[in-house]
This record gives sequence, structure tokens and C-alpha cells, in this order.
Amino acid sequence: MIPELGHVALIIAFMLAVGLALLPLWGSFSRDTAKMNLAPSLAIGVMLFVTIAFSMLATSFLNDDFTVAVVAANSNSLLPPIFKFSALWGNHEGSLLLWVLILSGWMTAVAFFSRGLPLIMVARVLSVMGMIAVGFLAFSLLTSNPFERLLPNTPMDGNDLNPLLQDPGLIIHPPLLYMGYVGLSVPFAFAIAALLGGRLDASWARWSRPWTNVAWGFLSLGIMLGSWWAYYELGWGGWWFWDPVENASFMPWLMGTALVHSLAVTEKRGVFRSWTVLLAIFAFSLSLLGTFLVRSGVLTSVHAFASDPERGLFILIFLALVVGGSLLLYAMRAPVVASRVTYGPVSRESLLMVNNLVFTVATTVVLLGTLFPLVMDAFSLGKYSVGPPYFNAVFVPLMALVTPFMMVGPLSRWRDDSVRRWVNELLIPALGVAVIAVAAALMSSDRFNIWIALSVLLAGWVTLGVLRDLIRRLLSGGQGKLRWRALSPSFLGMSLAHLGFAAVMLGAVVVTQQNQERDLRMAVGDVEELGGYRFELKRLGQLAGPNYIADQAVFEVSRAGELLTVLVPEKRRYLASGQIMTEAAIDASLWRDLYVALGEPIGKDAWAVRLQYKPMVRFLWLGALLIGLGALVTVFDRRYRAQSRVKATIESGALSVAS
Amino acid sequence: MHPARKQRLVLVCLVVLLSSAAIGLVAFALRDNINLFYPPSDVVAGKAPADRSIRLGGMVVEGSIERSDTDLETTFWVTDYAASVAVRYSGILPDLFAEGEGVVAEGTLDEQGVLNATQVLAKHDENYMPPEVAAALEGKAGPPRRPESP
Repeated sequence: MIPELGHVALIIAFMLAVGLALLPLWGSFSRDTAKMNLAPSLAIGVMLFVTIAFSMLATSFLNDDFTVAVVAANSNSLLPPIFKFSALWGNHEGSLLLWVLILSGWMTAVAFFSRGLPLIMVARVLSVMGMIAVGFLAFSLLTSNPFERLLPNTPMDGNDLNPLLQDPGLIIHPPLLYMGYVGLSVPFAFAIAALLGGRLDASWARWSRPWTNVAWGFLSLGIMLGSWWAYYELGWGGWWFWDPVENASFMPWLMGTALVHSLAVTEKRGVFRSWTVLLAIFAFSLSLLGTFLVRSGVLTSVHAFASDPERGLFILIFLALVVGGSLLLYAMRAPVVASRVTYGPVSRESLLMVNNLVFTVATTVVLLGTLFPLVMDAFSLGKYSVGPPYFNAVFVPLMALVTPFMMVGPLSRWRDDSVRRWVNELLIPALGVAVIAVAAALMSSDRFNIWIALSVLLAGWVTLGVLRDLIRRLLSGGQGKLRWRALSPSFLGMSLAHLGFAAVMLGAVVVTQQNQERDLRMAVGDVEELGGYRFELKRLGQLAGPNYIADQAVFEVSRAGELLTVLVPEKRRYLASGQIMTEAAIDASLWRDLYVALGEPIGKDAWAVRLQYKPMVRFLWLGALLIGLGALVTVFDRRYRAQSRVKATIESGALSVAS
Repeated sequence: MHPARKQRLVLVCLVVLLSSAAIGLVAFALRDNINLFYPPSDVVAGKAPADRSIRLGGMVVEGSIERSDTDLETTFWVTDYAASVAVRYSGILPDLFAEGEGVVAEGTLDEQGVLNATQVLAKHDENYMPPEVAAALEGKAGPPRRPESP
């Protein structure tokens, strides 16, 4: 009964979404206020019924209802309850339902927080999001119904959740990532609504900007969690593989980075408007492309659930409709909204344009590398794979290129600035950073490492830009008093994100350059030295978990004769599926991680063991965390809260373009 | 020059510079870093190059895994049920690596036609088969497949 209720709720949600996609939009053209006013209630209605469907499926998972196909395929009665719940999105059908749930959540948020916006704008934005919801609900109902029953051949027990996914990281990684992915539909909807109305002004950018920042922040956090999860759960200590599925989430992030910066220019100066719209369209299209890549089974990856081609085709058509439709609209409408404001070649606008170009190019090269094998395969030109060396060779130089501009960015002035002013403000400290970089590279290892020197230099420059801006703002009041009020949330957010970027860059280079790794055979009593640490295999043991049995190895780690910690890596065998899983043991700290993982048993009382010493690997995730938090902080800026107060002026049409 | 035109000139120059740099990088990076995929029959027929890295995919032959007792070296045979190729690998194998399961090995061929693998990839979950391996096995007679579990 419960799954049927869920199914009915999903169908009702679909019908409400159809209403949302059509009625308010129609009303916006026929100036029918009653129809436009339906938008918020319809959006909330979709959200309510999708939530009901989601809770019904969650109930089926928690009650071990193995008559439901997805529950039988992805859960098991021995599974701990929290994993029964997260198993809901550990499969194709359920993760799609989560996608729709989050989309409806974003719609509700727009309905709720946009009461200060003109009605016509709200109606159009929600209608566009309604169209996306129609697409995904139809996808769910037609090709991937999560409520399908297995009758009368009901299994006694479920197949169990893939052990790789039985992990706290998986409980939060997909929801956060989807918050970002789906959240990009909001700036997309704002862009389409603006194109429909032919009105792309500074206030449009101001409405769109906080949503973009939040979505992009969540996307950053989601990607960070995915990387962290892969690091400790896949058992080989890598943190980024340039796997197509990672790229699928990374491309919208790169495009989103360009969009976040471009929106700043559009809001403050009213330029780059058509470009910003295009970026918003691309960013969301890349989210959809990511969904296609991940869900259609064209890729070899952890994320590729066994799937059928019909689903891939559905998303591909949907993708073509969204991209084609929005680009057509753009082609028809964009010239109407071109801008006439000018700026000098040395100005903040130009610097932000560099950001936009670099990140667009970076997205393109990642896209090329990701799609190249698929395209070659589709035309039967051979089966290729493009590996990390390609991505590193094209991506790393681009990121290095953008960092010197990041140093100057926060200090630069809009409209017209001078190179001499930048030199005056930054030259001496920038040279100081260079000296520190050389010293750090000399001290960190026996011989001079140019890559470490470069990464310290560039990360130092980015930090310098942030600090210089901070000092300037604090002293801006004069009279020797610090002006704390000058530190607005947008400033703090930007500074956090830039510092985070510096930390990620530094961590990535240091851990790549100075990582030490050894695969070897170790028997009880064997000792191995790595990175100045002494690893001793003390004993082997066994352990029974709730739904697995494990072999354990106990390692004592010491340094200079002093016992530091005991690491206990495991090799688990999950009972329901018989699947084997490596559970690495990690001693984490800010400056270095020690990582021990078991391979397979070799001969008697001995194991293949992987020992790793990973300096500064935590900087990667801390940096990404700062980027994500920084983006979220910006929303608290006063000028976004002031929206409801300017409402009256906007509605009376008295507001001219604010710059 | 008129400021708007100057602005456009700067923009065009930047775009041209950046995109040519990017194209150069892409071309340079693609030259060495793409690997072709070969099923065992193609390798045995001598169609695979010996001087560069390739990807070999198929099923691990039952009973073919030989592990050294003293170090991490492992050899095994990969088959598409028409031909088999020996693979040598030193290191830790993925958890789902097993006899009779799908595998993709990346490495270079030596004179004896043995693949010295630098990386071995196995499936990530029970019911999932890497698409390349599935295609390599297509049309080849194999042992009866287990029916997919629901």
C-alpha cells in the first residue's frame, strides 16, 4: 500500500508541475494576474507531493519491504538503519527521486524568498523551473519508477547496498552535490525569464546572484565530499582521478565559477549581460550533461549503476530540448539586451573577464577530454580512454595562469585603474612572497623543487591579494581606527573563497610532489620506514561487524622511538553480496596523513600492504570547504536583504538601472 | 581610439591568445595521453602497438592467477573466449579483481606478448560490467552467464 501511495503522490506532483510550467507563463504573457499568482502555490504543491513520494519510498526502505524492486536490489535486513535510509539514493531510481525532491525544494525557496520581486518575474522563473520538474518527473515515472513491485516473485531478503556506499560520506555527498547541480537551475530560470521579458538589468543580476552563490557553494561542498570519500573509501589514497563522473560534476562547477564572477560585473556595472546569461545557460546545461553521463551507463565508473539505453536516450532528448530551446531564445533575444557601458583595459572588469575566459576555456578542455572517447566510440573510430596526464597537462597551466590576476583582483578598481597603482601596492610584498616560496621549496626537501616553489608563490600571491584588501578596508575610516563594518559579508565570502582556492592549490601540488607510497609484503613482526615514520605490523586478527566479517591488521606507528598511533586497516567481506572491501586506516593531521591499506593475503600470515605518507593532503578539503562556505556567507550581505524594501519602487517602475 | 573599440580589441586579443594556448595544450596533451582499447584477440593477432601504453580488457581466466609468495607480483590471463593474453602486475589489485570476472589492464606489451600492467581496474559492483569489456565479449562464445539478480 505504501509504495502505491508514493506512486500516486508522484503522479499528482507531475500534474501540478505541468500546471506550473504552463499557467503562470501563459498568465505572464496575457497579463493575467490570477494565473501568475498561482505560481508559488503550485510550486509548494509540487514540493509537498514529491516529499510524500520520497517519504513513502524511505518508509519502504526502513521497513525492509522487499516487494519493492529498488529496495530488494539495494537494501538488506542486516543493513544498519541509517544506511537503509541512504540506500534510497544509492541507486538510479531513488537518486532521481532525490533530484526531483531537491528541485522542488529550490522552487519552494524561490517562491518563498522572492516575494519582493515583480510578480511577472516570479511567475516566469517558477514556470521555467516547473518545466524542468516536468522533464524529470516524467523521466522518473516513465523510465525509472522507484515504486515498481516484484510480485509475486518476492525475494526473502535484499541484495544489499554496494559496500562502497555503506559509508557516512555517501549519506551526505549526493544530497549536497544535487543541491549544487539542481541549484544551478535557479540562475538558469532567472536567465530564461529575463530573456523572455527582454529585461536584463542590474536588478536581474542582483536577484540571480545570491541563488547562484548558494548553488555554487553547495556544488563545491559536494565535490569536496566526493573527493574525500574516494580518498578513504576506495582504499588507494587518491583524491582526484579525472574520472568522467568527477568531470561531470566539475564542469558545472568551473562554469559556475565563471558565472559567479560574471554576475558580479553585471550587478555592479551592468556590463557582460548577454555573456552572463549565456554562462547561466551553459552551467545548467552542463549539470544536465553530467546527469546524462552518469545515468545513461555510457561510462565506466562507480557511479554508473546498471542501466538501460532507453534512459540515456530520454535524458539526451531532454538535454537537447533544454540547450536548443534556451540557445534559440538567446539568439532571438540577446541583441535586445546588449549593453553600452564602457570600461578601460586596466580595470576590475578586465580582470574578471580574464577569470571568465580562463574558466570557460578550462571547462572546454575538460569537456573535450571527457567526451572525446564517447564521440570516437559513437562513430566506431576505436575505443580510447583519456587519462589524468591529459587533464593535468591542460588544466594545471590554466589554473596557474589565473592566480596572478587573483592577487590583483580584490584591490582593483572598477572602470579605470592604473598598473602603476597595482605595482605600488603589491610589488614589494609580492617579491617578499617569492623569497618565502624559494625558502619553502629549499627547506621542504633535500633538493630544490620548482613545483613546490611555484605553488607556494602562487598561493602566497592569492593570499597577499586578500590580505592587502583586508588591510585597506580596515584602514579606510582613517584616524587610526579600524573599521570593522567595512568587512561586509560579500567581502568576507570572497576572501574565504580565494584563500580556499590558494589552500587547494598548495595542497594539490605538495601532496602530488611529496607523496610517498610503498606497496609491499608484510608479515607479523615486519617493520617498514616511510617518510620518517616507522610502521610495525604487530598482529593479525578478525572481527565480525553487523553485516560483514573482517580481517584486521594492527600496525604500530612510531617516530623517533615514540609510539604515535595504532592503525587498524581492515579487509571486509560483506555477507549478503560476498563482496570484498578494503577499509583503509588513516592517521590524519593538518600537515600530513599516514595511510595504511591491506591488499590481499600472500602466503601464510602475510599481507600485501600499501603504506602512504601524504603531506598536506588535508589542505585540499579544507580549502574546498572554505570555498563552499565563502560562497554561502555572501548571501548574508545587506544589499540582498534590502530587496524586499525596494520592492515598492521596482513595482512602480520608478527604479532606473542601479549600478 | 574610441574606448568601446579599444575594449573590444583587448577582448579579441585575449580570446585569441587564450584559445590558441589552450588548443596548443590540448593537442600536445592528447598526442601522448590517449590509450586505445584492445580485446585479447586483437593483441594476439598483433594489431596492438608494442611501443606505447594500451588498455586490454576481458575476463580473468579461471585458475590462471599466480601470486608470488615473496613479493607483490601477480600474473594472470585475460580472455575474450577467442584468445588470451598474459598480464603481469606488481602491486595491490582492486577488491573486485577475481577469476572469471571482468577486468581492464593498462600497460605495455613486451616481446613475449605479455602485458606489463601499470594499472588494473575491476568492476565496481556485482552486476556491472565495464562497457568495453561487454563489447569485447559480444558475439564470443562464453560460459553461460548467471541470470542477473533482480
